[in-house]
Amino acid sequence: MSAPNLKIEDLRVSIEDKEIIKGLDLEINGGEIHAIMGPNGTGKSTLSAALMGHPKYEVTSGKVTFNGEDLLEMEVDERAQAGLFLAMQYPSEVSGITNADFLRSAINAKREEGDEISLMKFIRELDKKMDHLEMDNAFAHRYLNEGFSGGEKKRNEILQMMMLEPKLAILDEIDSGLDIDALKVVAKGVNEMRNPDFGCLIITHYQRLLNYITPDKVHVMMQGRIVKSGGPELAQRLEAEGYDWIKEELGIKDETVGQEA
Amino acid sequence: MSVDTSLRFDKDYVTGFSSSRQEPAWLQELRLQALELAQELPMPKPDKTKIDKWNFTEFKHEATGTPVAFNELPEDVKALIGSEEEAKNVLVIHNGTPVYFALEESVKDQGVIYTDLLTAAKEHEDLVKKYFMKAVAVDENRLPALHAALFVNGAFLYVPKNVELSAPIQAVYYQDDEAAIFNHVIVAAEDNSSVTYVENYLSTNDATDSVANIVSEVYAGSGAKVVYGAVDNLAKGMTTYVNRRGRAEKDARIEWALGQFNDGNTVSDNTTHLIGDGSFTDTKTVTIGRGDQKQNFVAQIFNHGKHSEGYILTHGVMKDSASSIFNGITKIEHGATKSHGEQTERVLMLSEKARGDANPILLIDEDDVTAGHAASVGRIDPLQMFYLMSRGISKAEAERLIIHGFLAPVVSQMPLESVKNRLVEVIERKVR
Repeated sequence: MSAPNLKIEDLRVSIEDKEIIKGLDLEINGGEIHAIMGPNGTGKSTLSAALMGHPKYEVTSGKVTFNGEDLLEMEVDERAQAGLFLAMQYPSEVSGITNADFLRSAINAKREEGDEISLMKFIRELDKKMDHLEMDNAFAHRYLNEGFSGGEKKRNEILQMMMLEPKLAILDEIDSGLDIDALKVVAKGVNEMRNPDFGCLIITHYQRLLNYITPDKVHVMMQGRIVKSGGPELAQRLEAEGYDWIKEELGIKDETVGQEA
Repeated sequence: MSVDTSLRFDKDYVTGFSSSRQEPAWLQELRLQALELAQELPMPKPDKTKIDKWNFTEFKHEATGTPVAFNELPEDVKALIGSEEEAKNVLVIHNGTPVYFALEESVKDQGVIYTDLLTAAKEHEDLVKKYFMKAVAVDENRLPALHAALFVNGAFLYVPKNVELSAPIQAVYYQDDEAAIFNHVIVAAEDNSSVTYVENYLSTNDATDSVANIVSEVYAGSGAKVVYGAVDNLAKGMTTYVNRRGRAEKDARIEWALGQFNDGNTVSDNTTHLIGDGSFTDTKTVTIGRGDQKQNFVAQIFNHGKHSEGYILTHGVMKDSASSIFNGITKIEHGATKSHGEQTERVLMLSEKARGDANPILLIDEDDVTAGHAASVGRIDPLQMFYLMSRGISKAEAERLIIHGFLAPVVSQMPLESVKNRLVEVIERKVR
């Protein structure tokens, strides 16, 4: 198995005819953890949703390849099958389907017919990963995200990631709404996955998650583009000094997108 | 309206049909009166569905089946009733003919009568006379009248006072002939008795135009409990009128669990009269519409008795260009103080062309009551689809999960494990 590679070139994304991502370049390889930081409204979540194929976002130009294949040509389920995973900021609730049934369907979707995961093996894996995330086993039998608190939903996203073992995971504001203990648990889950065959893109506007998951590269997003990249020290400086110094450096008055002068 | 009053079936035909089956005189008389009414009465007018072009009157009437041993029953039928050891109390009617029957001695010994309706009409004339076309009146409209004139057979289940049956009584009505289904079911539970009856309707003829005209009458005496489970699975060629009616006396309880999965146009009326004080009914329905079928479902409860309670829960899924109207009606009559009515109708549409309407109606003629309703009609949530697919689940499988999830709140509450399993199977087949 070759190490994963996600390559984004000059990507432009619109929602309802309004351009949000305005020419973005980024490359992530296996073994790397990247963090995209930036204030609200700069296009971070749009990037993650567009990469997964969210129906509301339209890619108007640019190129994205995942392990050499054209990601933008793939249906949402094909992107997942290829090894892409998005931990969503606001996961949907689906009534009537238990978490366990859903996860088993998802795992089996990646396997050949006749090679479905055995129930015993599935339960064993699930129990192990739920323990790791300090989740009550009762969550397995609750309807998918229904009535889950914000923090429970986030843990559930990480549980899905650990069960599905993607090649590249995008974590969209996985830290929002989490208390410090839950944050540590989530970080533990991500660190557990860390290996040369796994790449990760963490989207956040706080540095605090990065205290527990040390990124290899940190990018700052403003006005729908990556405006600055660096190592973990960049995140620390942002935490200490905020974003104003970057705006000053680059002559940006309003960092958000769509606020055409 | 003169065009469609010309029934193919006249007095001579009905007389001959009844005589050939050696029916008692009163029944033949009732058939002939019903035939006259069928020529005069108007069609029913289901709210918001136009049925004047639907064929309820042109059909082949008679067909035959041949009695068989258990292991000669078709696999489809065996799948419904379980093994011979499990299917201890079962009636199978094939093309209008009783072809298989089993009833435990221990059940018979308690005075329970379970047999095909024609046999009952001869052997238990007084009882059949007491119940036949009494909950559903012959003169309600043309279709019950036509039903009474031409019914072919059905089931008669009588449970004497204080007898509580634990094992379910089953019936399968199976049609592979192009002939119509004119089936009549009577469940009469005397005071303080308890019984569960489960029926399956199955037909295989997709191609030919045919008609199903089905009436069920359920009588629950004081303190009696009847659980009535039904899974309808009639093929596309069948235009169906199905009327299931209940009457609950003092402190009686009728629980309906209906899986309505016909593939053809269907008018369904499920009405319960809560006659006695403290009576209770609960009617749960799941349905899936597909192809270009049109359906109209009425779930209706009349609270006559004080402290009576009625609950309606309906979940329907519409696929392709299927359309359905769901009318839930709670009617609390004057004098039914302290009674309670509640209903929920939910419809999920899977395609742009599918249509579903949910009309919850509360008609209340008494002040001192409580009632509530909820209804929703919606399309599949694209964000839910995105979420499921983002985990590698295909579009078809994601839809399947959402449909199961949507129907689960009703299916999971169905009173019998066997009905539940059967529903899951049929749903599985229909959503694929």
